[in-house]
Amino acid sequence: MLPLLGALSLPLGAPALPLDEAGKYVAGAYVVFLILLVVYVAIMATKLQRIERELRELAGFVEHRANGDQATPEREEVGADV
Amino acid sequence: MYGKGLKPLSIATVAALAVSFSLVFFYAPLDADQGFVQKIFYLHVPLSIVALLGFIAGGVFAILHLRSGDSRWDAYSYVSIHMSVIFGVAVLATGSIWAKASWGHWWVWDEPTLVSFLIVFLMYATYYPFRYAIEDRERQARYASVFAVAAGAFVPLNFMAVRLAESLVHPRVFATTGGGLPGEMMLTFLACLTAVALLWVTLVKFELTAKSASGQVKRLRRALDAPAPGGSSRVAPEVG
Repeated sequence: MLPLLGALSLPLGAPALPLDEAGKYVAGAYVVFLILLVVYVAIMATKLQRIERELRELAGFVEHRANGDQATPEREEVGADV
Repeated sequence: MYGKGLKPLSIATVAALAVSFSLVFFYAPLDADQGFVQKIFYLHVPLSIVALLGFIAGGVFAILHLRSGDSRWDAYSYVSIHMSVIFGVAVLATGSIWAKASWGHWWVWDEPTLVSFLIVFLMYATYYPFRYAIEDRERQARYASVFAVAAGAFVPLNFMAVRLAESLVHPRVFATTGGGLPGEMMLTFLACLTAVALLWVTLVKFELTAKSASGQVKRLRRALDAPAPGGSSRVAPEVG
Protein backbone atom coordinates (compact mmCIF):
# COMPACT_ATOMS: atom_id res chain seq x y z
CA MET A 1 0.00 0.00 0.00
CA LEU A 2 1.45 3.27 -0.55
CA PRO A 3 0.40 6.50 0.85
CA LEU A 4 -2.72 5.51 2.49
CA LEU A 5 -3.98 8.98 2.21
CA GLY A 6 -6.18 8.58 5.14
CA ALA A 7 -7.82 5.64 3.50
CA LEU A 8 -6.14 3.26 5.87
CA SER A 9 -5.52 0.29 3.71
CA LEU A 10 -3.15 -2.53 2.91
CA PRO A 11 -1.88 -3.91 -0.37
CA LEU A 12 -3.62 -6.94 -1.68
CA GLY A 13 -2.37 -9.86 -3.66
CA ALA A 14 1.23 -9.41 -2.57
CA PRO A 15 2.94 -12.59 -1.43
CA ALA A 16 4.97 -12.25 1.76
CA LEU A 17 8.64 -11.61 1.08
CA PRO A 18 11.18 -13.78 2.88
CA LEU A 19 12.48 -12.14 6.06
CA ASP A 20 15.96 -11.43 4.72
CA GLU A 21 14.55 -9.53 1.75
CA ALA A 22 11.69 -7.85 3.60
CA GLY A 23 14.09 -6.72 6.33
CA LYS A 24 15.93 -4.48 3.87
CA TYR A 25 12.77 -2.64 2.92
CA VAL A 26 11.52 -2.28 6.50
CA ALA A 27 14.92 -1.03 7.64
CA GLY A 28 15.00 1.33 4.65
CA ALA A 29 11.63 2.86 5.52
CA TYR A 30 12.52 3.44 9.18
CA VAL A 31 16.01 4.73 8.31
CA VAL A 32 14.55 7.21 5.80
CA PHE A 33 12.24 8.48 8.53
CA LEU A 34 15.13 8.84 10.99
CA ILE A 35 17.32 10.58 8.40
CA LEU A 36 14.56 13.10 7.68
CA LEU A 37 14.21 13.71 11.40
CA VAL A 38 17.95 14.16 11.90
CA VAL A 39 18.22 16.51 8.90
CA TYR A 40 15.36 18.60 10.25
CA VAL A 41 16.91 18.77 13.73
CA ALA A 42 20.29 19.71 12.18
CA ILE A 43 18.66 22.56 10.21
CA MET A 44 16.92 23.76 13.37
CA ALA A 45 20.21 23.60 15.29
CA THR A 46 21.88 25.76 12.61
CA LYS A 47 19.05 28.29 12.83
CA LEU A 48 19.30 28.44 16.62
CA GLN A 49 23.07 28.90 16.42
CA ARG A 50 22.56 31.85 14.07
CA ILE A 51 20.01 33.40 16.42
CA GLU A 52 22.35 32.90 19.37
CA ARG A 53 25.22 34.54 17.45
CA GLU A 54 23.04 37.51 16.50
CA LEU A 55 21.85 37.88 20.07
CA ARG A 56 25.43 37.86 21.31
CA GLU A 57 26.34 40.48 18.74
CA LEU A 58 23.39 42.69 19.73
CA ALA A 59 24.18 42.26 23.41
CA GLY A 60 27.76 43.36 22.71
CA PHE A 61 26.49 46.37 20.81
CA VAL A 62 24.15 47.38 23.64
CA GLU A 63 26.99 47.00 26.10
CA HIS A 64 29.23 49.27 24.02
CA ARG A 65 26.45 51.81 23.64
CA ALA A 66 25.81 51.77 27.39
CA ASN A 67 29.51 52.38 28.01
CA GLY A 68 29.36 55.40 25.72
CA ASP A 69 31.71 53.78 23.23
CA GLN A 70 30.91 55.39 19.86
CA ALA A 71 33.20 53.22 17.74
CA THR A 72 31.44 49.89 17.99
CA PRO A 73 33.62 47.07 16.61
CA GLU A 74 30.80 44.76 15.51
CA ARG A 75 32.74 42.92 12.84
CA GLU A 76 35.33 41.84 15.39
CA GLU A 77 32.62 40.50 17.70
CA VAL A 78 31.18 38.38 14.92
CA GLY A 79 34.59 36.99 14.08
CA ALA A 80 35.10 36.05 17.69
CA ASP A 81 32.07 33.75 17.53
CA VAL A 82 33.66 31.44 15.00
CA MET B 1 6.19 32.13 24.79
CA TYR B 2 6.07 29.24 22.30
CA GLY B 3 8.85 27.36 24.07
CA LYS B 4 6.83 26.81 27.21
CA GLY B 5 6.51 23.10 28.01
CA LEU B 6 8.81 22.12 25.16
CA LYS B 7 11.17 20.07 27.31
CA PRO B 8 8.56 17.69 28.82
CA LEU B 9 6.87 17.46 25.43
CA SER B 10 10.16 16.46 23.78
CA ILE B 11 10.81 13.83 26.45
CA ALA B 12 7.28 12.46 26.05
CA THR B 13 7.74 12.30 22.28
CA VAL B 14 11.03 10.41 22.47
CA ALA B 15 9.53 7.99 25.03
CA ALA B 16 6.40 7.48 22.92
CA LEU B 17 8.46 6.81 19.78
CA ALA B 18 10.68 4.34 21.65
CA VAL B 19 7.69 2.48 23.11
CA SER B 20 5.74 2.39 19.86
CA PHE B 21 8.68 1.19 17.75
CA SER B 22 9.37 -1.49 20.39
CA LEU B 23 5.75 -2.60 20.07
CA VAL B 24 6.12 -2.71 16.28
CA PHE B 25 9.09 -5.05 16.35
CA PHE B 26 8.60 -7.06 19.56
CA TYR B 27 4.84 -7.17 20.18
CA ALA B 28 2.79 -6.84 17.01
CA PRO B 29 2.33 -10.19 15.23
CA LEU B 30 3.49 -10.73 11.67
CA ASP B 31 0.82 -10.12 9.07
CA ALA B 32 -0.40 -13.34 7.48
CA ASP B 33 -0.33 -11.98 3.91
CA GLN B 34 2.44 -9.41 3.95
CA GLY B 35 4.80 -10.88 6.49
CA PHE B 36 7.55 -8.64 7.88
CA VAL B 37 7.10 -5.92 5.24
CA GLN B 38 3.79 -4.97 6.86
CA LYS B 39 5.82 -3.36 9.70
CA ILE B 40 6.11 -0.31 7.43
CA PHE B 41 2.36 0.15 7.95
CA TYR B 42 2.96 1.32 11.55
CA LEU B 43 5.14 4.17 10.33
CA HIS B 44 3.64 5.05 6.99
CA VAL B 45 -0.02 5.18 7.99
CA PRO B 46 0.36 7.36 11.14
CA LEU B 47 2.59 9.73 9.15
CA SER B 48 -0.12 10.01 6.48
CA ILE B 49 -2.91 10.64 8.97
CA VAL B 50 -0.93 13.23 10.93
CA ALA B 51 0.23 15.00 7.76
CA LEU B 52 -3.32 15.28 6.45
CA LEU B 53 -4.71 16.41 9.81
CA GLY B 54 -1.88 18.96 9.95
CA PHE B 55 -2.97 20.39 6.61
CA ILE B 56 -6.52 20.69 7.93
CA ALA B 57 -5.21 22.28 11.15
CA GLY B 58 -3.34 24.79 8.98
CA GLY B 59 -6.67 25.69 7.37
CA VAL B 60 -8.40 26.07 10.74
CA PHE B 61 -5.62 28.37 12.02
CA ALA B 62 -5.91 30.34 8.78
CA ILE B 63 -9.63 30.86 9.42
CA LEU B 64 -8.79 32.15 12.90
CA HIS B 65 -6.23 34.50 11.35
CA LEU B 66 -8.68 35.85 8.80
CA ARG B 67 -11.33 36.37 11.48
CA SER B 68 -9.09 38.02 14.06
CA GLY B 69 -6.24 39.50 12.03
CA ASP B 70 -3.88 38.19 14.71
CA SER B 71 -0.55 37.29 13.08
CA ARG B 72 -0.01 34.59 15.68
CA TRP B 73 -2.61 32.43 13.92
CA ASP B 74 -0.86 33.00 10.61
CA ALA B 75 2.35 31.70 12.19
CA TYR B 76 0.49 28.63 13.48
CA SER B 77 -1.02 28.05 10.05
CA TYR B 78 2.31 28.43 8.25
CA VAL B 79 4.19 26.14 10.64
CA SER B 80 1.42 23.49 10.59
CA ILE B 81 1.55 23.37 6.80
CA HIS B 82 5.35 23.44 6.77
CA MET B 83 5.57 20.51 9.16
CA SER B 84 2.91 18.55 7.28
CA VAL B 85 4.82 19.02 4.03
CA ILE B 86 7.90 17.54 5.72
CA PHE B 87 5.79 14.66 7.01
CA GLY B 88 4.41 14.34 3.49
CA VAL B 89 7.93 13.75 2.16
CA ALA B 90 8.28 10.94 4.72
CA VAL B 91 4.89 9.51 3.68
CA LEU B 92 5.89 9.43 0.01
CA ALA B 93 9.31 7.94 0.78
CA THR B 94 8.07 5.21 3.13
CA GLY B 95 5.11 4.51 0.84
CA SER B 96 7.36 4.08 -2.17
CA ILE B 97 9.57 1.66 -0.27
CA TRP B 98 6.53 -0.32 0.79
CA ALA B 99 5.15 -0.28 -2.76
CA LYS B 100 8.44 -1.58 -4.12
CA ALA B 101 8.49 -4.38 -1.55
CA SER B 102 4.84 -5.33 -2.10
CA TRP B 103 4.15 -4.60 -5.74
CA GLY B 104 7.61 -4.49 -7.22
CA HIS B 105 7.15 -0.86 -8.32
CA TRP B 106 8.17 2.39 -6.62
CA TRP B 107 5.03 4.10 -7.86
CA VAL B 108 1.72 3.05 -9.43
CA TRP B 109 0.07 5.85 -11.39
CA ASP B 110 -3.38 4.27 -11.71
CA GLU B 111 -3.82 3.90 -7.96
CA PRO B 112 -6.13 6.69 -6.68
CA THR B 113 -4.78 6.62 -3.13
CA LEU B 114 -1.23 7.30 -4.20
CA VAL B 115 -1.99 9.87 -6.84
CA SER B 116 -4.43 11.78 -4.65
CA PHE B 117 -1.84 12.08 -1.88
CA LEU B 118 0.71 13.28 -4.41
CA ILE B 119 -1.78 15.91 -5.63
CA VAL B 120 -2.34 17.14 -2.08
CA PHE B 121 1.40 17.20 -1.44
CA LEU B 122 2.19 19.10 -4.64
CA MET B 123 -0.63 21.54 -3.96
CA TYR B 124 0.91 22.39 -0.59
CA ALA B 125 4.37 22.55 -2.14
CA THR B 126 3.10 25.59 -4.07
CA TYR B 127 2.23 27.29 -0.78
CA TYR B 128 5.82 28.52 -0.31
CA PRO B 129 6.39 30.27 -3.66
CA PHE B 130 2.83 31.60 -3.49
CA ARG B 131 3.40 33.05 -0.03
CA TYR B 132 6.85 34.49 -0.62
CA ALA B 133 5.97 35.96 -3.99
CA ILE B 134 4.08 38.65 -2.06
CA GLU B 135 6.31 41.24 -0.45
CA ASP B 136 3.86 43.11 1.74
CA ARG B 137 3.72 41.18 5.02
CA GLU B 138 0.02 41.77 5.70
CA ARG B 139 -1.10 40.84 2.22
CA GLN B 140 1.23 37.87 2.28
CA ALA B 141 -0.36 36.57 5.50
CA ARG B 142 -3.89 37.22 4.26
CA TYR B 143 -3.43 35.56 0.86
CA ALA B 144 -1.59 32.62 2.43
CA SER B 145 -4.50 32.17 4.85
CA VAL B 146 -7.00 32.13 1.98
CA PHE B 147 -4.86 29.49 0.27
CA ALA B 148 -4.63 27.46 3.50
CA VAL B 149 -8.41 27.55 3.99
CA ALA B 150 -9.15 26.48 0.40
CA ALA B 151 -6.49 23.77 0.40
CA GLY B 152 -7.49 22.59 3.87
CA ALA B 153 -11.08 22.15 2.67
CA PHE B 154 -9.82 20.18 -0.32
CA VAL B 155 -8.07 17.59 1.88
CA PRO B 156 -11.19 15.91 3.37
CA LEU B 157 -12.98 16.18 0.01
CA ASN B 158 -10.06 14.44 -1.61
CA PHE B 159 -10.12 11.80 1.11
CA MET B 160 -13.80 11.11 0.54
CA ALA B 161 -13.32 10.91 -3.22
CA VAL B 162 -10.62 8.30 -2.74
CA ARG B 163 -12.82 6.33 -0.35
CA LEU B 164 -15.57 6.29 -2.94
CA ALA B 165 -13.19 5.24 -5.70
CA GLU B 166 -13.00 1.61 -6.72
CA SER B 167 -9.52 0.39 -6.03
CA LEU B 168 -8.31 -3.10 -6.76
CA VAL B 169 -5.25 -2.97 -4.60
CA HIS B 170 -6.35 -0.99 -1.55
CA PRO B 171 -8.85 -2.81 0.67
CA ARG B 172 -9.91 -0.65 3.59
CA VAL B 173 -8.34 -1.88 6.80
CA PHE B 174 -10.48 0.26 9.08
CA ALA B 175 -13.64 -0.03 7.04
CA THR B 176 -16.70 -1.69 8.51
CA THR B 177 -16.44 -4.55 6.07
CA GLY B 178 -13.62 -6.29 4.32
CA GLY B 179 -10.91 -5.25 6.74
CA GLY B 180 -10.13 -4.93 10.41
CA LEU B 181 -7.02 -5.18 12.55
CA PRO B 182 -6.51 -7.74 15.31
CA GLY B 183 -6.14 -6.37 18.84
CA GLU B 184 -2.32 -6.40 19.09
CA MET B 185 -1.95 -4.75 15.71
CA MET B 186 -4.56 -2.13 16.56
CA LEU B 187 -2.87 -1.33 19.89
CA THR B 188 0.51 -1.00 18.17
CA PHE B 189 -0.99 1.16 15.47
CA LEU B 190 -2.66 3.48 18.00
CA ALA B 191 0.63 3.76 19.95
CA CYS B 192 2.44 4.70 16.73
CA LEU B 193 -0.26 7.19 15.80
CA THR B 194 0.03 8.84 19.22
CA ALA B 195 3.84 8.96 18.97
CA VAL B 196 3.83 10.47 15.47
CA ALA B 197 1.16 13.01 16.49
CA LEU B 198 3.30 13.98 19.49
CA LEU B 199 6.30 14.32 17.19
CA TRP B 200 4.34 16.65 14.93
CA VAL B 201 3.23 18.82 17.87
CA THR B 202 6.78 18.93 19.28
CA LEU B 203 8.35 19.92 15.97
CA VAL B 204 5.66 22.55 15.41
CA LYS B 205 6.46 24.02 18.81
CA PHE B 206 10.20 23.93 18.05
CA GLU B 207 9.64 25.72 14.76
CA LEU B 208 7.36 28.34 16.35
CA THR B 209 9.88 28.94 19.13
CA ALA B 210 12.70 29.41 16.64
CA LYS B 211 10.60 31.73 14.48
CA SER B 212 9.54 33.75 17.49
CA ALA B 213 13.15 34.11 18.69
CA SER B 214 14.30 35.07 15.20
CA GLY B 215 11.52 37.68 14.94
CA GLN B 216 12.45 39.17 18.30
CA VAL B 217 16.11 39.41 17.27
CA LYS B 218 15.08 41.21 14.07
CA ARG B 219 12.90 43.64 16.01
CA LEU B 220 15.72 44.27 18.47
CA ARG B 221 18.13 44.83 15.60
CA ARG B 222 15.76 47.36 13.99
CA ALA B 223 15.33 49.15 17.31
CA LEU B 224 19.09 49.34 17.79
CA ASP B 225 19.65 50.42 14.21
CA ALA B 226 17.51 53.47 14.79
CA PRO B 227 19.77 56.47 15.45
CA ALA B 228 20.39 56.93 19.15
CA PRO B 229 19.73 60.33 20.76
CA GLY B 230 23.48 60.97 20.76
CA GLY B 231 23.67 60.29 17.02
CA SER B 232 25.20 56.80 17.25
CA SER B 233 23.99 54.11 14.86
CA ARG B 234 25.04 50.58 14.11
CA VAL B 235 27.36 50.28 11.17
CA ALA B 236 27.14 46.61 10.18
CA PRO B 237 23.58 45.47 10.81
CA GLU B 238 23.38 42.21 8.90
CA VAL B 239 25.60 39.30 9.79
CA GLY B 240 26.12 36.34 7.50
